[in-house]
Amino acid sequence: MLRIIRYSFADLIRSRWLYFYTGFYLVLTGALFFISADLSKVIVSLMNAILFIVPLVALLFGVMVQYNTREFTELLLAQPIPRRSIFLGQYLGIASALAISFLLGAGIPFVISGIFISSEIWNFSILLLSGVLLSYIFSALGYLLALINDNRIRGFGLAIVVWLALAVIYDGLFLLGLAWFSDYPLENAAIFITIFNPIDLARILILLKLDVSALMGYTGAVFNQFLGTSLGMGLALIVLVIWAVLPVSMIRFISLRKDF
Amino acid sequence: MIQIHHLKKTFGRLEVLRGIDLAFDQPGITAVLGPNGSGKSTLLKSILGMVLPDGGQIQFRNKPIDQLGAYRKDISYLPQIARFPENLRVAELIKMIESFRPQVSRSTELIQHFGLESVLQSQLGHLSGGTRQKVNLVLTLMYDTPVIILDEPTAGLDPVALIKLKELIIQARKEGKILLVTTHIMSLVEELADRVVFLLEGRIYFDGKPDSLKERVHEPNLEKAIASLLSGGQLTPLSSNPPSQTRMNGKAIHSILKT
Repeated sequence: MLRIIRYSFADLIRSRWLYFYTGFYLVLTGALFFISADLSKVIVSLMNAILFIVPLVALLFGVMVQYNTREFTELLLAQPIPRRSIFLGQYLGIASALAISFLLGAGIPFVISGIFISSEIWNFSILLLSGVLLSYIFSALGYLLALINDNRIRGFGLAIVVWLALAVIYDGLFLLGLAWFSDYPLENAAIFITIFNPIDLARILILLKLDVSALMGYTGAVFNQFLGTSLGMGLALIVLVIWAVLPVSMIRFISLRKDF
Repeated sequence: MIQIHHLKKTFGRLEVLRGIDLAFDQPGITAVLGPNGSGKSTLLKSILGMVLPDGGQIQFRNKPIDQLGAYRKDISYLPQIARFPENLRVAELIKMIESFRPQVSRSTELIQHFGLESVLQSQLGHLSGGTRQKVNLVLTLMYDTPVIILDEPTAGLDPVALIKLKELIIQARKEGKILLVTTHIMSLVEELADRVVFLLEGRIYFDGKPDSLKERVHEPNLEKAIASLLSGGQLTPLSSNPPSQTRMNGKAIHSILKT
């Protein structure tokens, strides 16, 4: 499997799109530093961008790479290697290339501005960790969508729908629901609903660490109040990891049963 | 070497293979023929475990094939469509495929044979269709395996490369290998094939020497023989049912033997 990861990684790391992606974070983070020298503010601004862009790019890359390597996958399937190593290897190659690209793009400007001698180092680490986790989660979802749908247009369409649903619509519906049922105690329901959205979980994880209550929103405040900072963060992190593992086991399940 | 029993495969509502019985034990070149959609590729892919059968069994060296795929080290396969990761270089791709197999590779010899030295450092995305097919052939033929499966090997090849490919196929036959080839070029079949398997709508309609196919339909060349098979209505599948059936109810076992 390591050999497959290596080739998949090597192929993607030379792709123009990935350079563009790294460059985008470099410019964005650089620009944020230009506007404000306050590390903590830059982290919060960057967080908002990351929560939108990482899932979208990871989904699209997952779908795109799966479709583009279909024919090559056939060649790999004819080699004396087990199926699961081929698909898990390809996925891990994509996800790792995306994660490293994100780490470099967002990380370099922070290193230049002296993050290592700053007290913000842990907040920054949590931000990076969230971005990396989201890269793994959403590229797995994208890869899975492409594996299930042989129709490329539908695969890309579904990826966009998943992104819109989780990054945009989910919060809106969530707020509407909270307003609608505001007469009832909603804390447990809110925590429960948040668990189904990895983007919200990542936001809560970062904001709990930053301890910016004004930005936490309802669920963040509930997490903080009921679970405390460390327990809340622990729970968010564990659920995020589950989110990363679930689609991967689905990839494994589907790939063992699919015809090529 | 390869035994196929009652192989069945359905894609959605489409029955692609409807009970195929075949064996490939003798060295030589078998041409698997049939119109588009007759199940040729599906049959070959089933042998490699890429298509998972709905019914029947495939044995390789007397063992049912499995998903771990260790048996595939004895099979070389040329996929129909040659597309590779665009940003990898030719040399990197060859090295990577070499790393999957324990056997000694003769890639250097084949690279010279097809004149690919000048493109070794090029990215695969920049190659023409014909050159990609040559790379595809190098990747397939660089191992000394007892079985070689070629799905449309001539696609996109120029005449010189085609002659070189024929040389390699003939050499493999001399070495006593089992070759399964699909192609639409009948002259190639006439020139090379020791055996022809003709598939139509998922059933085998002919399995034998090319000459006996021509005799059967009284046509002097293979192209016309196949055309006459398709249009003449003289088609009956060789065996679409299992040669024997066993039924069991509460008290008795019924065995029906067909001859």
